[in-house]
Amino acid sequence: MTDMNLSFRRLVRPVLVSTVFFMLLTGLGYPLATTAAANLLMPWRAHGSVVQRDGVAVGSAVLGQQFERPEYFHPRPSVTADAPYNAGSSGASNLGPTNRKLIDAVAARVKSYRAENGLAADTPVPVDAVTASASGLDPDISPANAQLQLKRVATQRHMSESQLADLLHAHTSGRLLGLLGEPRVNVLKLNLALDAQQSPAVAGK
Amino acid sequence: MLINLLQFALLLSCMTLLVVVMGKWLARVFTGTGHTLPERWSYRLFGVNPDAGMGWAQYGVTLLVSNAAMLLLGYLGLRLQGVMPLNPLGLAAQSPDLAFNTAVSFTTNTDWQAYSGETSLSNFSQMAVITFLMMGGAATGVAAAAAFIRGLSRKNADDIGNYWVDLTRVLYRVFLPLCFALALVYVWQGIPQTLASDVTVTTLEGVKQHIILGAVASFETIKHIGTNGGGFFSMNAAHPFENPTALTNALHILSMLLIPSALTYAFGSMLFRRRQGWVFFGAFLVMFLGFLSIVYTAEQTGNPLLTSVGADQTMSASQSGGNMEGKELRFGIAGTSLFVTTTTAATTGSVDAMHDSLTPMGGFVPLAQMMLNSVFGGDGVGFINLIQYAILAVFLVGMMIGRSPEFLGKKIEAREIKLVMLSVLAHPISILGFTALAVLWPGVSDSLNNPGAHGFSEILYAYASGTANNGSAFAGLNANTPFFNTTIGLAMLMGRYLTLLPMLAVAGLLASKKTLPDSAGTFPTATPLFMGLTVLVIIVVGGLTFLPALALGPLVEHLDMLAGRLF
Repeated sequence: MTDMNLSFRRLVRPVLVSTVFFMLLTGLGYPLATTAAANLLMPWRAHGSVVQRDGVAVGSAVLGQQFERPEYFHPRPSVTADAPYNAGSSGASNLGPTNRKLIDAVAARVKSYRAENGLAADTPVPVDAVTASASGLDPDISPANAQLQLKRVATQRHMSESQLADLLHAHTSGRLLGLLGEPRVNVLKLNLALDAQQSPAVAGK
Repeated sequence: MLINLLQFALLLSCMTLLVVVMGKWLARVFTGTGHTLPERWSYRLFGVNPDAGMGWAQYGVTLLVSNAAMLLLGYLGLRLQGVMPLNPLGLAAQSPDLAFNTAVSFTTNTDWQAYSGETSLSNFSQMAVITFLMMGGAATGVAAAAAFIRGLSRKNADDIGNYWVDLTRVLYRVFLPLCFALALVYVWQGIPQTLASDVTVTTLEGVKQHIILGAVASFETIKHIGTNGGGFFSMNAAHPFENPTALTNALHILSMLLIPSALTYAFGSMLFRRRQGWVFFGAFLVMFLGFLSIVYTAEQTGNPLLTSVGADQTMSASQSGGNMEGKELRFGIAGTSLFVTTTTAATTGSVDAMHDSLTPMGGFVPLAQMMLNSVFGGDGVGFINLIQYAILAVFLVGMMIGRSPEFLGKKIEAREIKLVMLSVLAHPISILGFTALAVLWPGVSDSLNNPGAHGFSEILYAYASGTANNGSAFAGLNANTPFFNTTIGLAMLMGRYLTLLPMLAVAGLLASKKTLPDSAGTFPTATPLFMGLTVLVIIVVGGLTFLPALALGPLVEHLDMLAGRLF
């Protein structure tokens, strides 16, 4: 028993000192050193890749944001708290595959997607356009989804469909090394490019 | 289809290449006799003699007390968040039960989170508490594996190494340099790394968007390399700031597999039994591929109920198709399936999609892998779990052919088997026992997000995740209640220490035995046959225990889905 006490007493210093020391080293030293290096090398990215337009911060190049107006391409459904694309509180539906709420929500989104884009009542709608993303901040849509929205945006902006198709093509990214990830369209970047071609005040008139 | 298979092949080849590189490095870290200058300074500061060996009991007690101190310091940090710096948003401290759950969770390498990162933790807590515990908890696991392998490699020895040396070396020679370098790659890909807490922008449609920022890149690296898995943000590695590109997704996957897979090679090196190491790697890989094919097929086939209301889930050149509810477009079905399989195999618990919204058979895979807990497994402990099943396989084979079982030249006797069985049984007792308790506990059903069989899966998943020290969730479950915080906290402790300590004892007992030379009657264990037998024992002993519970959850739900039954 005294042996046990002795060995416990001998543990006190190493345990206390190492715990506090490692907290300072791995909990403060390491993140702070990384922050310093990142801010020195890549300050824009380290601060969240915030995109400016005419001196105004309009969003992050990495995050999605909500678009509802018909002259913009629309992102995937988002079910974050309070409002869609709430970047202060990422969130998903977490509805299971046999949950009636999920199936009803998808059915409703299919209907409104078809109505918005003037599609026939039996047009299959790309799955990404009617399902909520995991983060609620998904910046991308599939090329199939963008293609079905193209006519609406072209009409709203009085652009020719072929002109818009070229722009869409230029903003479609492929797979990394031809293998990793999925072909996708970053909605914010595409809409910024649209506005750059034609100011938002003119569009929608 | 082909492109997805090539994507799997590319990443798994990268992993195999890294097994050799990292395995060699780990073996040197575990066996080197020299101490670097920063290490010598640290030992002097702690007041320990790095050259003094520890028996298994002393090693185990030191590990336990050191983890208890980390837990306590982490708990205090969370409770005192209000008076700590770097909290411009004025976030309040976590409640006592939540802080207990969080501190236990990150100390035990589980990283279960009953809170949302962006609305609950300040930048200071994310760094000084969470990042610190992720480093310390994971390093403890790797240290235990070092001691365990050393025990297996020694004969007539009464020590299995020095805990302080293992812990310090893993941090200084593996985690810190790797994490620092990888964090800069992550920033380059778009992951923020700043002390600022937030930024507000005005969207193109004129709405204010409040964006939470922080030291995310330094958090992401150790989260995956340390098979931790807790998210900086609520939606974890699905959040574009935690996982912005297909490249970061691939690097996350490789980071999670890095140490669990390389330990097989380190083991082979240290015991001069390279072939045996590859046999264990093969056992891991066979199970991994089996589970990957189930989840990929299920998710790509999608949910027939979505097709019936007009969603197009077919794969084409312009869309990935499949069940995209709760998934991110940039990863698609293939990247997500590989991530789901990896995060629950290597018991990380980071998620790049919401597991709650997986198809029933897609959700079966994470559940089953956490129940087996030995498909690669977490840093250090995964390898230990595999050896536990290998010893059991040797024992069962010995019974069948009527010879006294031997493993790696050591006689396996009653004491070792009792300890192995204690470790094997602690796992289902914790998962199934707590699930049964939760199902009967009044008020628990209010926490469920989904009715029907899926609701049962949410509870089963919570305790499987806690006990396996995974940390992922069927996240619809509201687990921030005193009942769940306490019971899942206990499940995490049982899952960590009731398997780790008995197996350290086994290593200590084997170290003290003499090594017998191989004879004609020795059952060879470095063969594909033994690999198959080990996998079989894992599936029969580990899997059948859980089959009834799985039948009530995902299997029933799968039939419901096919029959078009909604809840």
